[in-house]
Amino acid sequence: MSVRTTLTRSLAALVAAAGPVALPATALAAPSDGPTPSPGAATVTRAGTSFLTATTIAAGQPVQVDASTGDYLYWSFTADAGQVHDISATVSFPGARSGASTWTVEVFDGLRRRQACTAGAQTPTVDKAASSVSLGCTLREVRPWAEPWSGDPLPGTYFVRLSVADVPEPDLGAPVEVELLVNADGEGAPADDGELAVPLVPNTRAGAVLTDEQATAPVEDADEESWLDDLLPALGSRWIWTSVGGVLAAVAGVVGFALTRRPRRV
Amino acid sequence: MINLRRSTTVLAGLVVIPALLGPVPAMADEPEPAEPPRVELVLDVSGSMGARDIEGRSRISVAQQAFNEVVDALPETTQLGIRVLGATYKGENKKVGCQDTQQIVPVGPVDRTQAKDAVAGLKPTGFTPVGLALREAAKDLGSGATTRRIVLITDGEDTCAPPDPCDVARELAAQGTRLVVDTLGLAPDEKVRRQLLCIAAATGGTYTAAQSTDQLTNRIKQLVDRAQETYTRTPTVVGGSSVCEGAPLLAPGVYTDREKFSEHRWYRVPVRPGQELRASVSVALDRPVNPDYGVLLRAVATDGRELVRGVDAGSGRADVVSAGLRWSDDHEDDQDDTDERDDADGSVTTAATDPEIVPPTMVCLVVSNSFAPRDGTEASPGMPVELTVDVVAASPTPKGPDLGRGWVLLALLTVAGLVTGLLTGLLTRWWVATWREK
Repeated sequence: MSVRTTLTRSLAALVAAAGPVALPATALAAPSDGPTPSPGAATVTRAGTSFLTATTIAAGQPVQVDASTGDYLYWSFTADAGQVHDISATVSFPGARSGASTWTVEVFDGLRRRQACTAGAQTPTVDKAASSVSLGCTLREVRPWAEPWSGDPLPGTYFVRLSVADVPEPDLGAPVEVELLVNADGEGAPADDGELAVPLVPNTRAGAVLTDEQATAPVEDADEESWLDDLLPALGSRWIWTSVGGVLAAVAGVVGFALTRRPRRV
Repeated sequence: MINLRRSTTVLAGLVVIPALLGPVPAMADEPEPAEPPRVELVLDVSGSMGARDIEGRSRISVAQQAFNEVVDALPETTQLGIRVLGATYKGENKKVGCQDTQQIVPVGPVDRTQAKDAVAGLKPTGFTPVGLALREAAKDLGSGATTRRIVLITDGEDTCAPPDPCDVARELAAQGTRLVVDTLGLAPDEKVRRQLLCIAAATGGTYTAAQSTDQLTNRIKQLVDRAQETYTRTPTVVGGSSVCEGAPLLAPGVYTDREKFSEHRWYRVPVRPGQELRASVSVALDRPVNPDYGVLLRAVATDGRELVRGVDAGSGRADVVSAGLRWSDDHEDDQDDTDERDDADGSVTTAATDPEIVPPTMVCLVVSNSFAPRDGTEASPGMPVELTVDVVAASPTPKGPDLGRGWVLLALLTVAGLVTGLLTGLLTRWWVATWREK
């Protein structure tokens, strides 16, 4: 929360450089209660059946798919640093069912690593009488950079898999209607430093097995970094904060200097 | 590269904050498809298809109507074939009846009228040789680099086993060409459902219990569309070895392999300094296994040190279990001259003599699983493994920030400025006073 608050404030600092006013940052920081589709977004009526064939959707784009109980439905969406994604899904059962079932919505990053949900009913169980079930998952904030060894959410592709985790066997294959919506909160610059050189977008081309010669073939080190890049910090809100601080310091300096002058003769 | 862009925009950035990264594509670009998508519909025309239990109509008439609508709505590029089973032999001889399967529309660009006529003339007749029909359908579709899809529509259990159709499906899926069998059960009973579920799971397909004409039609259309959209994403087949040494060397891309219970599969990836290795693996549960399972992907140096691991476990129904990892040689960032790196990291080549040539580090990837077979679960062929390898530019650790942020910073700078102003003012005043006295 504190990270997001800082983000909001840094934007506010742009506007309120002279007379800083604290904005109600918390109102913006909390994800909205119920995601709503973006106006004008086309409804997606497809779903993939594996990581490789996942249907690409955008945040705010509603999904409506007819499926069978037991299908594994895959969608993928793109996330940028600083965003918090909120996935909500509804599965409706047009026909009668023979028992309770447990549904699950799982999220994986571009490396197919399981992502934690910070809120939402990720694996709800419904009894046989229910006509629909709602699922939800709020992801962690996408960070601009993380160590390779960490499992933090990073910019790139995210996969959503919706399936039934536990179901009486006679109910498998029965028709269901699935609605899904991915919402993104918190557009804009991330609060953390660092940058992922290449987003976690899976390489979906068919691979090629190399020979020893190809693998160890010398390549030139394409290191194009100039000394200027090392010298200048990354572009970001810190530049604004520090510059505004400098201006304030200068103004305060002049004010302080003026205070020590003799009182003006009226 | 991004740094380059960064330095040019730094000055302008004081006024505006441009988005450093535009929207990225969700998937890497696909190569041009080499051949059109190929689908074969396999329709059961056995005697039981005459039963009138779907909306008061016979199963075969429902299937025929669905076929007609699917053929009408077929995308231009899709090559569709139709095969029937149990359509001709009326006798009681099981041996003869179980050979009864014909391709009535060959796989190719569809002549709609011909296809409809062929389907319209079908009458429920004979046995149900599902296994044989699947095998023949796989032959009809031929081999090639892209995914082939079979849509199996049946109402009855295979009356001709052996071969068990599920075993046939698993065997077909394990043969080089990627084959997906989607199954549709017409008014299925328990045995049929189990069999179709098994066939679908073995090939990564789906199972649907069709209860109405509309549902059947929509589902077949959906499956044909799916074939159209996704058939080119087919991984390269690779065979991992049992030790790191001599394991296949993988370039970035997607691979598929098979792994048995408790087996380890090794691969190698060359990673150069300044590069980051990304790998992910999915192991499919294509057969009944005990409810708790896991998959482990490790990156190991050639000397046996573990570099990083990705792990995931599950419980209950799942199609695949996946894990992924990232790894980059972080020591490199600390040293300006990459050629002075000490070679204890498992580089295969010693330090290069030419300062511009950088030797790659061999990283071994090992995939292992903790699946446990149920009683009677076949161990061979192994479970499908999908391995994605990518080598990209490494992301160096961000340096400590040179600039500040936050209200405390502003307050501090203001107070510091004020104090400096006051001090300077007082000093000036004192200096002016002393100067005047003199």
